[in-house]
This record gives sequence, C-alpha cells and structure tokens, in this order.
Amino acid sequence: MTEQERNERYNQYVEAKIAKTHPWPSLFNAFCIGGLICVIGQLFNDMLLDVFPTLTTQNAWTYTLIFLIFIASFLTGLGVFDKIAVHAGAGTIVPITGFSNSIASPAMEFKNEGIVFGMCAKMFVIAGPVIVFGTVASIIVGLIYLFV
Amino acid sequence: MLPWYQYLIVFAIGGFICMLGQILIITTKITTARILVLFELIGVFLTAIGIYEPISDFAKAGVNVPIIGFGAALAKGAIDAVKTQGLLGVFTGGLGAVAGGIAAAIGFGFLFGSIFKARTKKY
Repeated sequence: MTEQERNERYNQYVEAKIAKTHPWPSLFNAFCIGGLICVIGQLFNDMLLDVFPTLTTQNAWTYTLIFLIFIASFLTGLGVFDKIAVHAGAGTIVPITGFSNSIASPAMEFKNEGIVFGMCAKMFVIAGPVIVFGTVASIIVGLIYLFV
Repeated sequence: MLPWYQYLIVFAIGGFICMLGQILIITTKITTARILVLFELIGVFLTAIGIYEPISDFAKAGVNVPIIGFGAALAKGAIDAVKTQGLLGVFTGGLGAVAGGIAAAIGFGFLFGSIFKARTKKY
C-alpha cells in the first residue's frame, strides 16, 4: 500500500467517523447568538451615552468594545465561553468576543509551558495574524490616501 | 435609548454577518484565525472605498461589534491621521485607533489567563 493510498483510506475513515450534523440549526444558533452579542453592545453603548453625554461617538464605541472584550475574557476564564461557543460557532467567533477569546484561551492553556514562551508567546497564535494583517492593510490604506 | 426597531436592525444585521461566517465554516472548514482575518479585511476594504460609514450609521452595533468594525476602525484611523499628520499618520493612525481594543484584549487575557486554570475540553 503506497502512502497516498493509505492517506486516502484514512481520510475516508475520518469522514465516516465525523458526526454528521445538519447545517440549519448551527446557522440559526450563529444568527441568534451573534445578533444577541451585537444587541448587548448596542445597549451598553446607548446606556453609556445616557450616563456620560459628553463622550464622543468614537470613544463610546471604544468603551463598548473594551466592555465586550472584558466579558469574553472573563467567561473564557470561567470556562463558560467554550460551552456557548460549541453551540454558537461563528456567532461568538465573528464578533469582537472571538478576538478576545482567541487571546485569553491560549494564555490559560499554555501557562504550564512557562510565562514567556508559553503564555505570552502563545497568546498571539490567532490574534497575531489578525493584528499583522490589520496593521499592514491600514498602512496600505494610509499610503493610498496620502498619495491620491 | 434608541427606539425598539433599531435594536431589531442591530440584531438582524449582526446575526446575518455571523451566519455568513457559519456558512463559511460549514462549506470550507475554514479556521478561526482565517475567519477573523477575512472579516477584518472586509471592514478595511469597505472603509477604504468609503461605503462603511453609511452602513454603520444604519446598522450601528450590527457591524461595529463584529470584527468588521475592528478593521473599519483601523482603516478609518489611518485615513483620518493621514489628513492631519501626513506620512506619520500612515504608521500611527491605524493601530492608534484600535489601541484600546488590543490593549484590553491583551491585558484581560493576561489577567484572566494568570488567574484561571484551563479545563479539559469536553465536546
């Protein structure tokens, strides 16, 4: 048996063993939980502007994102986030909560491999690409607006 | 407080964006990092061509809370800073605009990562 044949047979085996879930419930869950997180953000933002009317729109949104990031990190620490994420799928990944979870979760997980190369380095396994792509894209946009 | 139907719009559009992400997960088995980067770049692009602002006026948190808003803030920061500071703004604008979010994510991640222990995941 060549290596390629073996890989094919293994893939078929894995395919057969993976639990077949119907896509519709997961789409519904992602829609509901993702929408709910956005509504929580909007509610917090509106209440903040009611309490502190002098805040600029930009700063109010930054506070809202920090609030959502705080909640997501805390729930990740408690282990509640993972339980929600199993059902929500992209519903918790696509909002800013996913970014927060992607930092807090490996920080917790790799703590026992040391503080520097475990926790602090592994924090950016997923957030690293997000920050790098975002920064490079913003530099490109800045350059375009500088010269156009 | 906004009228109730505004929250319905936020719910519908925010939910729809997350559902698009879920469709990608189901059809292409895309990883979390790629989803985050993809949606972030969509936000950067929409801001760069100038159609993000009207969308966000309409959908508010529906687009600002998804990572699209993070990308949009990066691009908007760079554009605004270029107008006031020129070349320096190219480098300071983007990250400056999202510094709050990144610092919060790293700070709280460090804090709660230090406090809590990882659990064995049960799926």
